[in-house]
Amino acid sequence: MTPRRSYRVGGGAAPYIFVAPFVLLFLVFSVYPIVQSFRLAFYATSGPQDWSPVGLRNFAFLLQDPDFHKAVTNTVTYTIATVLLQLPLSLGLALLLSQKWLKGQNLFRLIFFSPHLLGQVFVGVLFAVLFQPKYGLVNHAYAAITMNPANITTKWLGDPATVMPALVLTSLWMYVGFNMIYFLAALQGVDQELHEAALVDGAGTLARFRAVTLPAIWPVCQFVLVTSTMGSLQLFELPYLLLGNTSGPDNAGLTIVMYLYQNGFASGDLGYASAVGWTLAVGMLVISLAQLRMSGGVGKE
Amino acid sequence: MKILRIAAIGILLLGSILALVPMIWLILATFRANDRVFSEVFTVTKPTLANYTDLFTTVPFFQFLANSTFLACTAVCLQVFFSSLAGFALAKYDFQGKKLVMGIMLATVLIPGQLTLAPSYDLLYRMHLVDTYQGLLIPGAVSVFGIFLFRQSMVRIPDELLQAGRIDGCSEFGLYWNVVLPVSRPMIGAFSLMTFMATWNSFLWPQIMLHSKLKYTLPIALAQMVGLYQQQYGMLMAGTLVAVLPVIVLFLLLQKEFVAGLTAGAVKG
Repeated sequence: MTPRRSYRVGGGAAPYIFVAPFVLLFLVFSVYPIVQSFRLAFYATSGPQDWSPVGLRNFAFLLQDPDFHKAVTNTVTYTIATVLLQLPLSLGLALLLSQKWLKGQNLFRLIFFSPHLLGQVFVGVLFAVLFQPKYGLVNHAYAAITMNPANITTKWLGDPATVMPALVLTSLWMYVGFNMIYFLAALQGVDQELHEAALVDGAGTLARFRAVTLPAIWPVCQFVLVTSTMGSLQLFELPYLLLGNTSGPDNAGLTIVMYLYQNGFASGDLGYASAVGWTLAVGMLVISLAQLRMSGGVGKE
Repeated sequence: MKILRIAAIGILLLGSILALVPMIWLILATFRANDRVFSEVFTVTKPTLANYTDLFTTVPFFQFLANSTFLACTAVCLQVFFSSLAGFALAKYDFQGKKLVMGIMLATVLIPGQLTLAPSYDLLYRMHLVDTYQGLLIPGAVSVFGIFLFRQSMVRIPDELLQAGRIDGCSEFGLYWNVVLPVSRPMIGAFSLMTFMATWNSFLWPQIMLHSKLKYTLPIALAQMVGLYQQQYGMLMAGTLVAVLPVIVLFLLLQKEFVAGLTAGAVKG
C-alpha cells in the first residue's frame, strides 16, 4: 500500500517540537515516578519530609498482614467471578444482536451500554440505595423471584457472606454491555462467505461458531479477557462507595487498591503504598502474560 | 426457527429492562419526598422538587458541578491538543529517537496507575501543586493511549495531502492545524468523550490530591455526602442524577464516534 516514492520528510525541527511536550511531561510525571516508586518501596515515610530506609520490611509486613491476604482473596474472587460471568454474557448478547433479522440493533446496543456511562462512583452510590435492606429495589425483585416475602429485608451489604455477590451483580450491570461493544465490533468483521460455505457443507450452528466465528473474533476475546481482568484487579471505587466509604462488614469488600489507599494514604506512608503498588503491578503482569500465553495456544488450534 | 427468534427477542428485552430499571428508579426516586423514597417502586404519587432544593442548599453542589465541568473540559482540550500533536509527529515524520519514544510508551502501558500514586503525590507535594487544579491537569495533559489512537488514525492520511500543503507554503504546524486536525475529527470526537468521562468519573487521584472542600469534584463530593447524609436518600439520588446527566447527554451527541474510537484499538490493533 505504501507508495514507492515516499513523500515522508524529516520536517526539520518540527517533529521534535511536536513530541517535546509529551516527552517532557512523560519523563517528569510518569517515568520519574515509576523509578521513584521502586526506591520508595524500601522506605517507611510519614509525610514527604520524613523517609527512613527499612529494606524489605514493607514487603515482609505486607506478606504476613491478614488484611492484605483478605484484600487479595477478595480481589481475586471478584476477578474470577466477573470474568467468568461477564464475558459469556457479553459475547452472548453480542451474538444475539448481530443476527441479521433483528431490528433495532442500535437501540439495544445503546440501552445495554448505557449503565457504563455512570462511572463506578455514581453506580456505587446508586446501588448502595438499591440494595437497601428495607424495601430496596433489589429486595423487591429478590422477594418476587424467590417467592419468599421475608427476603424483602435481606441485608446484602450488611452481611459478609452477601457483599461479594452484591458487588459482582453490580459490576455485571455496569460492564456486560460495555464489553459487548467489543464483541459486536469483532463479529461485524467475521467473513460472511466463509459462514455460507460452512452452511453449504452442512455445518450446524455450533460447528460454524467454533470453526468460523470463534477463530475470527479470538484476538478480541483475548483483548477483552486481559483488559477486564486488569480492570477487575484494580477494583476500588465500586465497593468503596457501595459500602459507604468502608471496606464492608468483616472487610468483605476490601480490595487491593482499597488496601493501598487506606494503608498508604490515610496513614501517610507513601513507602508502604509503593510496596503495595509494586506487588499489584507484578501480580498483574504475571497474570496478563499467563492469560495471553494460555489463550494464544487455544487460538492456534 | 420462529421459537428461537422469539426467545432471542425475549432475552434482549429482559436485558434491556435489567439495564434500564435502576436508572428509571433513580429518576423517579429523586421526585419523592425523602421519607417516601422506598414507599413506592415505579410510581410517584406526590411529586416534589425538595430533593433538588436540598441538594443545592445543604451543600455547594453548584460549585462541585462547576469544578467538575471546568476540570473535565480543560483536560479534554489539553489531552486532545498534546496527544494529537505527538500522534501526528509519530505517524507522519521520521526522526531520530522515534523508536525510543514509542518503546518507552509501550513499556509503560502495562504499569498500573496505582503504582505511581505515592511517588506522584510526593513529587507534586515538592512542586507545591497538591490541592491545586494545576496538579491534577499538568501531569494528565497527555495520554499514551490518546497518542496511540491518534497515531493510528493519522497514519492513514495520504502523504500527498501533506506534501500539497507544503507546496502551498504551509508551515509544519499549519499542516497539523489546517490539514491533519480537520480530517481527524471523528477520532477527536471519540477521544474527547473518553477523556471527558474518565476525568468526570475519576475518584482516587482527585481524592488524594484535593483537600479543600470548595475544590472538590462531583465524585469526591458525593462520596463525602454518602458519609454525612446517610439517611437523605432523596438528596443523594438527586445528586447522583445531576452528576451523571452531563455524561449521558454528551454521549448521546457523540455516540457514533465514541463506539468507533473505543473499538479501533481492539479490532485493528
